[in-house]
Amino acid sequence: MTATSTGAPSSGAPARTRMSPRRRARLSRGIQYAILLVALLALVLATDWSRVGTSFFNAGAAKDMLPAFPRAVGNTLTYTLAAFAVGLSLGTVLALMKLSSVRPYRWLATIYIEFFRGVPALLVVISFGFAVPVALGLTIDSFIVKAALALGMVSAAYIAETLRAGIQAVPRGQVEAARSLGMSQARTLATVVIPQAFRIVLPPMTNEFILLTKDTSLIFLLGLTAAQFDLTYIGRDALNSAHGGLTGLFVAGGGYLLITIPLGLLARWLENRTGKARRS
Amino acid sequence: MSTPVVEITGLRKSFGAHEVLKGIDLEIDAGDVVCVIGPSGSGKSTLLRCVNLLEQPTAGTITVLGTEVTDPDVDIDRVRTRVGMVFQQFNLFPHLDVLANCTVAQRKVLHRTAEEATSIAMANLDRVGLADRAHSHPTELSGGQQQRVAIARSLSMDPQLMLFDEPTSALDPELVGDVLTVMRELADSGMTMLVVTHEMAFAREVADRVVFMDDGVVVEQGAPDVVIGAPTHPRTRDFLQRVLDPTHRHPTAD
Repeated sequence: MTATSTGAPSSGAPARTRMSPRRRARLSRGIQYAILLVALLALVLATDWSRVGTSFFNAGAAKDMLPAFPRAVGNTLTYTLAAFAVGLSLGTVLALMKLSSVRPYRWLATIYIEFFRGVPALLVVISFGFAVPVALGLTIDSFIVKAALALGMVSAAYIAETLRAGIQAVPRGQVEAARSLGMSQARTLATVVIPQAFRIVLPPMTNEFILLTKDTSLIFLLGLTAAQFDLTYIGRDALNSAHGGLTGLFVAGGGYLLITIPLGLLARWLENRTGKARRS
Repeated sequence: MSTPVVEITGLRKSFGAHEVLKGIDLEIDAGDVVCVIGPSGSGKSTLLRCVNLLEQPTAGTITVLGTEVTDPDVDIDRVRTRVGMVFQQFNLFPHLDVLANCTVAQRKVLHRTAEEATSIAMANLDRVGLADRAHSHPTELSGGQQQRVAIARSLSMDPQLMLFDEPTSALDPELVGDVLTVMRELADSGMTMLVVTHEMAFAREVADRVVFMDDGVVVEQGAPDVVIGAPTHPRTRDFLQRVLDPTHRHPTAD
């Protein structure tokens, strides 16, 4: 390797018994499994299982929440859908404003998006609950409308950017082909651009919906009445009971997963389906 | 006789400070096939795209099928329904199948019924030899097949003028022939065509007139045997030599 290296690369290479790449990869994989096993073992041994059973996954406490659980999931889903409807409508308008040839529209949309994207949703919800009624003398009676507007306004900022990017990702040639066939600008948008943009924005839109689902946990700040409780509300409520420790929050978390995981699966299925239509 | 299908006078087009078209005059009569040749960057695609206003001319007038499209108040969508356009990159709609590609504009723009649109589309797909692929998706087709569908899509609007923007330039060499055959048949059927192309053999055989452009002006135009066979202008000769030399044929040999 050192002194005799001048003319030796062909015969001298195997002198030091190097492992083949295949064997090296196998060893590396073995080490990774070993690390994983040790970490799991350490976690299991370090955990006080009796405490976990009573404070985190307390069956009794979970059972106490059971009657309210379906309604809480339903309410959370309702708030999410309502807020998404607001976000999507407003977001579409903002996206079109951003693509408008009228400059003030573009400015307005940019200001809106930058503002609501940069401010914590928590702040917007609080402002909506307390500042807006005072400042505008406007009181919204329906709780759902209030929640949907507060969360939808934030969501619209993100959705607008997603839609704009999706629309702009459709190749220019598509628009030219449609216009050459005599389609108007609006007709081209509806028939050629939006259906193709839909596929492009589906994954980021799913993200947006999932984020919104979790953001509904903020609406307790608007003041919930007895019938309006959502998942976070019953979770917090359960925390105040004498037993069960944090079990309430874990149950609530499970409720969110119950909504978001099927949604993720649905989005993946839709994506595959529209993808197939294009490719195979 | 009748008024020309396309009448271009004093056409100028600039992109920023760069003037691409420097005063073009061109007339195309009904039934004529005009091929535009020239080096890349000579402005031939821009000229074609000005005819259906995909590019807005900077100066000059263009009249298409009796309508001045350079009039600021023109209803360009109406003119475009009668002017077919075929692109270098096909630009089929990937979210629609072949048949829907050929019916969507008939339905949405011409407001034809589904049955009428379908029968017209099928007739045109048959014409380009792809009736059996009506329910395929564009991405399942070869480039040559996609381009023939694009031609059928345009023909389904019953155009009175067809514009071709380098229709075979994006194709693998063995697929060029099928597209050119379709275009030749279209020319034989009497369609008025304006074709930007690098296919000299096609231009020579099919064109009624060949226009040689270089650096934003028409350098030379006339019968194909003259412009391609015996060009008078040195720039035309130089261009043809460059194009034809790789095949080891002297431009005037045949």
